[in-house]
Amino acid sequence: MVNIENLHKKFGKNEVLKGVDLSIKDGGIFAVLGPNGSGKTTLIKSVLGMVIPDQGTINVQGKNIKKNPNYRHQIDYLPQIANFPSNLKVKELIRMIKDLRKITNEDERLIELFKLQPFLDKKLGNLSGGTKQKVNLVLTFMFDSPLIILDEPTTGLDPISLIRLKELIQVEKAKGKTILITSHIMSFVEEVSDEIVFILEGKIYFKGTISELKTKTNQPDFEHAIASILLENHA
Amino acid sequence: MLKILKYSFFDLMRSRWSYVYFAFYLLLGVVLLFLNNDLSKAVITLMNVIIVLVPLIGTIFGVMYYYNSKEFTELLLAQPLKRSSIFLGQYLGVALSLSMSLILGLGIPFVFYGLFKSNAIWDFSLLLITGSFLTLIFTALAFNIALSNENKIKGFGYAILLWLFLAVIYDGLFLMTLILFEDYPLDKLSLIGTMLNPIDLSRTLILLKLDISALLGYTGAIFKQFFGTSFGLIVSFIMLIVWVVLPVLRIMFKSKRKDF
Repeated sequence: MVNIENLHKKFGKNEVLKGVDLSIKDGGIFAVLGPNGSGKTTLIKSVLGMVIPDQGTINVQGKNIKKNPNYRHQIDYLPQIANFPSNLKVKELIRMIKDLRKITNEDERLIELFKLQPFLDKKLGNLSGGTKQKVNLVLTFMFDSPLIILDEPTTGLDPISLIRLKELIQVEKAKGKTILITSHIMSFVEEVSDEIVFILEGKIYFKGTISELKTKTNQPDFEHAIASILLENHA
Repeated sequence: MLKILKYSFFDLMRSRWSYVYFAFYLLLGVVLLFLNNDLSKAVITLMNVIIVLVPLIGTIFGVMYYYNSKEFTELLLAQPLKRSSIFLGQYLGVALSLSMSLILGLGIPFVFYGLFKSNAIWDFSLLLITGSFLTLIFTALAFNIALSNENKIKGFGYAILLWLFLAVIYDGLFLMTLILFEDYPLDKLSLIGTMLNPIDLSRTLILLKLDISALLGYTGAIFKQFFGTSFGLIVSFIMLIVWVVLPVLRIMFKSKRKDF
């Protein structure tokens, strides 16, 4: 599905990615973890083509992503911070994105799922953080693409919406889709993900299942396993 | 690209500023006609205003729109769209809506005053054409500056400096070189110097078309010889087009290499 080879990226003097090699197979939920500033978002944005790597190649579904924006038809992306044009209404934004990508009717079901009907005629600038995130989720999930990338999907969600999101992710997984998630909520990651990819200082430190990580670090639970990696490398 | 153009255009059409800009030109046109009581004279006065104001508005609007629509741009970047079409669409959206405000704002009062029956119609159309060119040029330059500067304040600063340089400082430097080298033949130099600044180029183009070049003395005669002919007119328009194309190419080049 996604193949990354020897990916390097510098922002000025700050070397964020230092040779990332990663291959993600078809189907399943993969969590990309790492401390703040480890390069998770940069890695994801490189796959999306929003950040242009200094070195290395990225293949999505066997095709090199350079100079070919059409591969993004295969990706649904949920950005980390929901920044929308504030003078647009929710309804208008959804209609515009549909117009730009393709026609779908999934949005109605998702609006119903996240109870967004009362907000459809409100301007995006007047919405609360959690409501914006729900709009963000609708925009992401309304296209039926084989690869879904979620950057901090739980931000600002209330418990009911969080449960709905988890269900939604499982439904998409059952369709055989590949889902990439970054999150700082360890319990969420442990609950939903099949495999984790741990990034540390711009390199892949660990890739495998959660039980493999527990054995490797000799820790009884996931949260402590992650903490022990961080402690070892900063001590 | 056309879809992005459409959304940017309508976004701007709904904003208050397009109306303010439109209303300003409407008022300017009406007042000038009322005070001058003569179409050709109004055109000359109008030229002096347009030549300075249009570049300023184009620059400020361009920079402001780019920074304000950052969120919109990031949203679009994650969609399956080409980068060049996102930025070109936004650029054309701004430039075309500004040109439209200019053309309609000035056109309406002049048409009602009886433009089509007078012989000032060509001078007036030339004024509107150069005005639109200046909008296209300075909006493109503004987008270039904004693309190269993440920092809003810096971007605004450079944009204002660019306008100040081309509208005021350039003329000063130009005049000083002419005085310094007055012992040498300067016709070619001053012709080239005029060509290299879109504001000067537009001003000269309109002045000579208005047939008041007699006021300009010997250099005026040389200018008239050049700009007055159809060859000169074509060369000037080619220069204006080059002034649009180069910054637009840089927008495409720069946007392909930028990280978001």
